[in-house]
Amino acid sequence: MQRIISFTLNGKPASVKVDDERALLWVLRSDLGLTGTKFGCGEALCGACTVIVDKQAVRSCSTPVKDVAGRQVITIEGLGQNGLHAIQQAFLEHHAFQCGYCTPGMILTAYALLLKSPQPTHDEIVQHMDDNLCRCGAHVRIVDAIQDAARGVKAGAL
Amino acid sequence: MTQTELNLSRRGFMAAAGAGLFVFFGVDRVRACQEQEPARLPQRVNMPADLNAYLRIGADGRVSCFSGKVELGQGVMTALAELLAEELDVDYSSVDVVLGDTDQCPYDMGTFGSMCMPIFGPALRAAAAEARAVLLQMAAERLHVPADQLRVHAGVVTVASAPGQRVTYAELVEGKRIERHLANVPLKPVKDFTIAAHAATRKDALDKVTGKGKYAADFTLPGLLHGRVVRPPAHGSKLISADTGAAEKFGAQIVREGDLLAVLHERPDLADRALGLVNAQFDPPPASVNDQTIFDHLLKTAPPSRPAGAVGDMAAGEKAAATIVEMTYLNSYVAHAPLETHSATASIENGKATVWVSTQAPFSIRPQVAQALGFTQQNVRIVAPYVGGGFGGKSNGPQAVEAARLAKAAGKPVQVIWNRAEEFFYDTFRPAAVVKIRAGLTRDGKISFWDFNVVGAGEREADTFYDIPNHRALSAGGWQGGNPPGMHPFGVGAWRAPSANTNSFARESHMDSMAAQAGADPLEFRLKHLSDVRMRRVLEAAAKQFGWKPAKAPSGRGVGVACGVYSGACVATMAEVSVNRSTGHVQVKRIVSALDVGWVVNPDGMRQQMEGCLTMGLGYALTEEVHFNNGEVLDRNFGSYEIPRFSWIPKIDTILMDNPGAAPLGGGEPPIITVGAVIANAIYDAASVRMLQLPMTPERIVAALKKKA
Repeated sequence: MQRIISFTLNGKPASVKVDDERALLWVLRSDLGLTGTKFGCGEALCGACTVIVDKQAVRSCSTPVKDVAGRQVITIEGLGQNGLHAIQQAFLEHHAFQCGYCTPGMILTAYALLLKSPQPTHDEIVQHMDDNLCRCGAHVRIVDAIQDAARGVKAGAL
Repeated sequence: MTQTELNLSRRGFMAAAGAGLFVFFGVDRVRACQEQEPARLPQRVNMPADLNAYLRIGADGRVSCFSGKVELGQGVMTALAELLAEELDVDYSSVDVVLGDTDQCPYDMGTFGSMCMPIFGPALRAAAAEARAVLLQMAAERLHVPADQLRVHAGVVTVASAPGQRVTYAELVEGKRIERHLANVPLKPVKDFTIAAHAATRKDALDKVTGKGKYAADFTLPGLLHGRVVRPPAHGSKLISADTGAAEKFGAQIVREGDLLAVLHERPDLADRALGLVNAQFDPPPASVNDQTIFDHLLKTAPPSRPAGAVGDMAAGEKAAATIVEMTYLNSYVAHAPLETHSATASIENGKATVWVSTQAPFSIRPQVAQALGFTQQNVRIVAPYVGGGFGGKSNGPQAVEAARLAKAAGKPVQVIWNRAEEFFYDTFRPAAVVKIRAGLTRDGKISFWDFNVVGAGEREADTFYDIPNHRALSAGGWQGGNPPGMHPFGVGAWRAPSANTNSFARESHMDSMAAQAGADPLEFRLKHLSDVRMRRVLEAAAKQFGWKPAKAPSGRGVGVACGVYSGACVATMAEVSVNRSTGHVQVKRIVSALDVGWVVNPDGMRQQMEGCLTMGLGYALTEEVHFNNGEVLDRNFGSYEIPRFSWIPKIDTILMDNPGAAPLGGGEPPIITVGAVIANAIYDAASVRMLQLPMTPERIVAALKKKA
């Protein structure tokens, strides 16, 4: 159904008049011009399209835009709007990426983890990140970066 | 350039420069550096002599570095910036790297084969060294001081005795081309490096952690349409009819042009929906081959074998053997599966086409797009922006041609993004292969002959580097083409270290079987057959870090070793695994890998490549195989085609051999060639089953354990 969907996007009000069954991923990328959110598989299997909806990591390729009406959406463009976020800084310092294509999804998935569990154990990180795919093999560094970010972030400072 | 000249101190060289002894002509960039490089290197290609092709100093003092290479994640942007900053004596932070743009960058064959550092690196260094020498000469004239009294740091030339007297590179060049040229300018000795070979933040880091870095599908243009191409269900299927009425009614524009049938829509997901509304009928594919029958098929359809190495007298070696070990090793087709699917954005304006495309080889795509559009190559610009993983799978770019054709037909810019099923379907897989090895052991535990026969994979690393008096290697067909029609039922091509993964898996598995036959420790057995100093050194370094304790396999500990050579680089890897005997699940607990790639331009970048290789290799070792039936690729997404995930990742230790005297070699590929065998050997050590087929899936391990019982 074609209708206006309003939500908060990266802290600011956003409205789009769209077929409300359309995937959030493509509305973000095509209608709203936020290309930091990536297409990888289209079936919620890889995590490249991960965004935050009300503090949860969500696969935007498989989320109809109507599901975010009235909710808070954060994309990679909305993280660290005043300088880098601690997780971004840690990814940068650890070089926790290679091609960078999975990186926005990795960072936002990690962000959701730290919201829920500010001082995660190594195993918690691995478990939480396990459905985010990285083909270049930056996994070791991603885990290290998340641990480092958690150390640097005081609870509640996210 | 002789070694003496290379060792000439910079001060001595500048004194010579100040004396004005130089004539101005272009330098053969390749020849200028090749004396520093060892043999075993891939064939080089010609590169421009003019330094302006490689670098430009802006009026603002920023330095642009131009290379036809592409940033696939391997860190070339960073390593090239380091080399340029080092030789030119400018700040690393002042260097901007422009890659993969056919209008701006010097011709490059493509980013593959671990050639960035060994081939392009020396050319860039030579250009930067020449530019520095020219700039010092210009500064000497400007400041009226002999060049040997000048110092340069961070792009500022000062008089040594009067630091207030200074001129910057930017002031000397004023944003123009550098028109002077000098021949035979020596490179800075590696020992004097302060930027290259030191840690630096990756040039692409900020772009990538903020999501600002642009990939081919991130370019948006006014009026952009999204193209989706109607695809056959199987290779070999032909289109019979297509009803596009429903798609048109939905609001899509239809393009039908020769073999190309596509829908266009202004929203990418609605283009997908429109594509789903096209009712296309295809011929069923002819019955051919499937993932079970493929190995027999390869043996039946292979072309005649070609020699890939021969030493000694095989008959004499056979006579000297007390026991003979003969095995056949198999591996399935493997996909590249980069996270970014093939994508392209094409725009045609005033008779000139620009295509942003995810590719490893922009210069090879330019003539293809030009031909498809009927344009001259000068009127086609190909740009490879950040590429979301390649691994050999983006050595071509058919999606660029599709986007360009659709843009021409629609009269508007068009973007094509392959979905994951298209990515699997049109992938140029790592070929399935069969390797037969027959080798003999003397009574005193030495290999007397080694007969290696590979079908399907290709000849790289088919020949052995072990000291074996009588050996030969034969290779039939492979990833590089020239296969008889139908041998491989779909596209095959380069997959990170082509043919070397297959051949190394077979060779190193067989070495372990021979060691077991000889009752020897697998490491000692290898060392007993190795005189190559660099190979011995990586094995010994890995063993020390790993804490390797000699024992005959199977020891029950689950440890393994494998080594290999790729593009001149030596690598040795050790792993420890646990095997769940009821489920067949293998967990790799730790990996140690030692690599000798000569001197390393960017050590952290090299470690990233090693970690990447060791991680990616877990996939082809344990799970990755393409399922197919009669031209239909059954894997359409990551549900059935499993690539490594966080929970698989062992503790990884990487060792870079300190080797500043040796020429740099590429490191994006070598370590991956050891992963199949090191895990197979560790599984054998843990569970006493010799896995002869990759991937070593839980089902295959359970079957092997049952068979043994």
